[in-house]
Amino acid sequence: MKSTIRIGSGAGTSDDRMTPALELARRGGLDYLVFECLAERTVARENQDRLRDPERGYTPSLPERLAMVLPACVEEDVRIVSNMGAANPRGGARAARRVARDLGLGEIPVAVVEGDDVTEALRARPELRLMENGEPLESILPRVVSANAYLGADVIAEALSTGARIVLTGRVADPSLFLAPMLHEFGWRLDDLDRVAAGTVAGHLLECTGAVTGGCFGWPGIKDVPDLAGLGYPFADVTSGGGVTIGKTPGSGGRLDVMTCTEQLIYEMHDPTDYITPDCRLDITGLSMEQVAADRVRIAGARARPRTGTYKVTVGHTDGWIGEGEVSYGGIDAVARARWAAEVVRERLRRRGFVYEDWRVDLIGLSSLHGDPGDRPEPYEVRLRLAARARDRGAAHAVGFETRAMHMHGPGGAGGACEPRVREVLAVKSVLLPKELVSPRVTVEGAA
Amino acid sequence: MTTRVHDLAHCRAGDKGNTSNVSVILYSAADWDFVREHLTEARVLHAYRHVARGPVTRHEIRNLKAFNFVIENALGGGVTISLAQDIHGKSLSNVMLAVELPAREEGEGS
Repeated sequence: MKSTIRIGSGAGTSDDRMTPALELARRGGLDYLVFECLAERTVARENQDRLRDPERGYTPSLPERLAMVLPACVEEDVRIVSNMGAANPRGGARAARRVARDLGLGEIPVAVVEGDDVTEALRARPELRLMENGEPLESILPRVVSANAYLGADVIAEALSTGARIVLTGRVADPSLFLAPMLHEFGWRLDDLDRVAAGTVAGHLLECTGAVTGGCFGWPGIKDVPDLAGLGYPFADVTSGGGVTIGKTPGSGGRLDVMTCTEQLIYEMHDPTDYITPDCRLDITGLSMEQVAADRVRIAGARARPRTGTYKVTVGHTDGWIGEGEVSYGGIDAVARARWAAEVVRERLRRRGFVYEDWRVDLIGLSSLHGDPGDRPEPYEVRLRLAARARDRGAAHAVGFETRAMHMHGPGGAGGACEPRVREVLAVKSVLLPKELVSPRVTVEGAA
Repeated sequence: MTTRVHDLAHCRAGDKGNTSNVSVILYSAADWDFVREHLTEARVLHAYRHVARGPVTRHEIRNLKAFNFVIENALGGGVTISLAQDIHGKSLSNVMLAVELPAREEGEGS
């Protein structure tokens, strides 16, 4: 048994940058490389993909990401763990095997974690309460397109025990992707609470790749980040006793210190004594960080209570359409003309009989990010952005259509309108489902 | 002279559903009592009133010289249905950095 393993982070979102993952695979001295590619809404989107084509529904960038790192991972003996299976882990596994074949790497077995899709279990439980508003699940059931439980590290560790080079999952909790190799290598059990806490913290720090190595951090003159353009991705060295030290690709840009780690640790956390994952309830209020070398931070003192009896389930449902339009105003009275245009568009939409559930006026350059306190100086130019949500596509499309018409039929001096934008809304809600109603399971595509 | 949060701390915003959390991480532990006294839930909710309905809950993480503000009803209904440009509220940490606190007494805290 190894006494220390090194786990790298190769993606923190489906759109994450790619080349730093290759640098980490080549130069990082890794044992495992994790790709985390699912956001709250992406499984719902991938489910719709699978409905259109049963072979699809995995993360669209899966072939490209794997094709880039697989040769290095085979040469350096790095195993890959990823939730890029999304709504179709088996389809993703077949795609991964095609990539390996095309690269001349032969037949690579891929372990598949399934059971996160709990759509049928939920249809039988319409009385479950939505965590967001307390309404019964029944209120959205007719519009549900997906329901996926956040599975934990235990089933991913089971997949690793098959020996497959690649493990693909659907919806799992992000830190669990990182904790799983520790359970597998060191034989930790989920009631080894101090170790599970340490591993969960490591996973939470790594799950957004460059956001712990100086991304999403820099501020000129105050929080400088060397060679931000060459930002490197992180890894964790984890010992069998639960020691954790965070590092990053040797020679890469960015910075890794107590400040960057603290920002990332608290990111997306609510109660610091009770961060709930499928594996434990984490408490960071006794945690300490220490810079032990350049770009190396040691983490200690994480605690945990035993996991809850439920899985959190993300329920995706259709919820109408969003339409958007933009047009710009500059010079004298730019803001007044933009505000007038917003009123004209809204009135034209009203006279055409369209109804909207939500309506938003942004003056980009003045109030689009943090609202309008009414006391800010007016900028030289503003870009008017109008957005609205409607039940039907036509009403949503009309928002951008009427905004574009400000060129010719609105207040004077409008310029640079964009094409009308319209998209279907895939909303998500959450419910808690008792664990005994969920059956996580492992299969292997291409087993010898 | 007032003090801004920006002078004493760095911040990052995260999202879960329709809730934003904004960390306030002190550069110096010596400022803990001053920030704890003045950067109250009410002051933070006031600063975010054009963005969020609240409520605001403040958590203390003294071992990391940090506070975590959980700001509810802050993200236009949530990432998936929000009409905002910044659907995740990633830029909301900058509202916190601009919050003004009372002037420091000479030698206070440090």
